Amino acid sequence: MTARSSRFNPYWLLVAPAVLLVLALYVAPIVNVLLLSVTDPKPGFDNYAKIFQSDTVAGLLWRTVRLCLITTVAAVTLGYIVSYAMLHALSHVRRRMMSILLISFWISVLVRSFAWLMLLGHNGLVNDALLGLGLISEPLPLMRNELGVLIGMTEYMVPYAILPLLANMQGIDPRVSSASRSLGASHAQTFFRVFLPLTRPGIIAASLLVFISSLGFYVTPAILGGGKVQMIAEYISVQLLVTVRWGVAAMLATLMIASVLALMYVLNRFMKLSVVFGGATR
Amino acid sequence: MNAGPAGIGVVFSNVTKQYGKMTAVDGVSLDIRAGEFLTLLGPSGSGKTTLLMMLAGFQDISMGDILVGGASIAATPPEKRNFGMVFQGYALFPHMTVRKNIAYPLEIRHRPRAEIDARVDEMLEMVQLKGLADRHPHQLSGGQQQRVALARALSFSPRVLLLDEPLGALDRKLRAEVQDQLKDIHNRVGTTFIYVTHDQEEALTMSDRIVIMNRGRVVQVGSPIELYEKPRTVFAANFLGKSNFIRHEGRIFALRPEKIQVFAAGKGQGQNRLCGTVRSITYMGATLKLMVEVENHPTIEVHVPAWHSAEAFSESQAVELCWSNDAQVEVEGGDGDEAGARSA
Ligand SMILES: Nc1ncnc2c1ncn2[C@@H]1O[C@H](COP(=O)(O)OP(=O)(O)OP(=O)(O)O)[C@@H](O)[C@H]1O
Ligand SMILES: [Mg+2]
Repeated sequence: MTARSSRFNPYWLLVAPAVLLVLALYVAPIVNVLLLSVTDPKPGFDNYAKIFQSDTVAGLLWRTVRLCLITTVAAVTLGYIVSYAMLHALSHVRRRMMSILLISFWISVLVRSFAWLMLLGHNGLVNDALLGLGLISEPLPLMRNELGVLIGMTEYMVPYAILPLLANMQGIDPRVSSASRSLGASHAQTFFRVFLPLTRPGIIAASLLVFISSLGFYVTPAILGGGKVQMIAEYISVQLLVTVRWGVAAMLATLMIASVLALMYVLNRFMKLSVVFGGATR
Repeated sequence: MNAGPAGIGVVFSNVTKQYGKMTAVDGVSLDIRAGEFLTLLGPSGSGKTTLLMMLAGFQDISMGDILVGGASIAATPPEKRNFGMVFQGYALFPHMTVRKNIAYPLEIRHRPRAEIDARVDEMLEMVQLKGLADRHPHQLSGGQQQRVALARALSFSPRVLLLDEPLGALDRKLRAEVQDQLKDIHNRVGTTFIYVTHDQEEALTMSDRIVIMNRGRVVQVGSPIELYEKPRTVFAANFLGKSNFIRHEGRIFALRPEKIQVFAAGKGQGQNRLCGTVRSITYMGATLKLMVEVENHPTIEVHVPAWHSAEAFSESQAVELCWSNDAQVEVEGGDGDEAGARSA
């Protein structure tokens, strides 16, 4: 920072409308939510105390965190495998994979959840096929439970894991792996001792990104959980629209925003955010 | 210092590499002697890296075979070949310290801890990096990184060391320094060095033998003196050092610029003479470069010692160029590379 920055910069006037718009439409409602959480139904921290006192709220939070963690591990693992394959694919194959990846971003989560409904139901494709092959004698419970929610969430999050992982992997000099082989390390040793450690920033970034994004899942748990697997977003909506307990809803929303901000901060420490979203490495 | 096992011989037998329809290496046969410093020299795209990668095991051989110590290695994976390799750009492990980098091949081989530590210290001493053992590669200069790569590639006492333009990224002065160190290390460890470069000066000063390559083929193999004094083709004469080509009765003779004497017109003496006019004079420190225009002949380049002769020549001066018969070497032309060789 130079001394000049303390003076008023007239260019701020040019961005002022945008800043005002963001303040009015974004920051103000959030502040309002924050206030609601400590004023409704009466001033104080009663709503926050529920985290420890109400089994429902504590169970909800725990379930949300657990499902998000499992989703994160599954999506990052699958994403890692796909990224690794893309890295080593021939260039025209990689281009095709990339466009499929991008297309998947455009398919709405609602459509995808209904698609899973078709696949995972009692008379769905998966159970029909397994029954037909004689591998199982009665349909597996693949949805209306946590498994269904996890399948839907993981599938949705895999592309989000791939982007930072691929950006990270593409920044690694392929000669480093060759060097490892020439020094006597097998494929597997090279992977575990050289490649995997070098992709650590990508793994951390992908994990945080997936975890943060999955915290807000609403449609998938609602559809694939069949109302039995409530996560925080769905619960908030029920508090708002059905039981009309705005204070609790606001408290949970505040909790979520705070966790997301904290995780974003950590993420930014490990990797510039632009890199996470597929920008240039380093 | 412990020299480890001595180098081993490598034989390329009619080795060919095709990428689709394109032939990158075309029927190369080479007999590399145990312990020698052999340089592959050639213009960009002549197949040097491809040849090295086939030897290292990172590229398949399309035809032919490579023998190491008499046995074919075509089916051996890279990690079983036990060659050290210094990559262009060094390819150090960025997440490991210098010490860890150098210890890596030993740890992979499950050597005892004490032996690893001793060996790493020995290597650090050899490349003069004792004080930097705990740094990471990005905290080192280019020359230091290069030496770490060398120490890493030599730490497990490979019997062959492959180096692909290891000095390409260094500035001129540093390069000369590292060249001396490399040569010195080669003398001490006795490993067979196979060195790729497109820098002819580097090839001349370091090698026991040089292989000149062009378009995937071996043009000529020999000691630096042999290649410089007795080039067999126009390409070889032009790629290693500079050369004029004198055409006489359908034959071509290569004539090095420094083997020509310059006299004032009419005062010439010698077995071969040409009269001409000085077109340009360039002072190059030790020598003076004269471009002399001769009738019915491409311009001839002459190098004369600069000392005391800078004033003796002027532009448009009429001169007589003279040289003895043993100054010129008959070469084969016809590979179409007369013009292209210099620019490479
Ligand atoms: N993977 C590849 N696929 C197709 N062609 C290739 C491949 N690698 C190299 N080539 C071609 O093979 C030829 C020889 O390449 P190579 O890298 O061996 O040259 P080089 O002598 O090492 O050149 P340089 O001095 O520029 O490194 C070149 O024409 C190159 O374009
Ligand atoms: Mg090369």
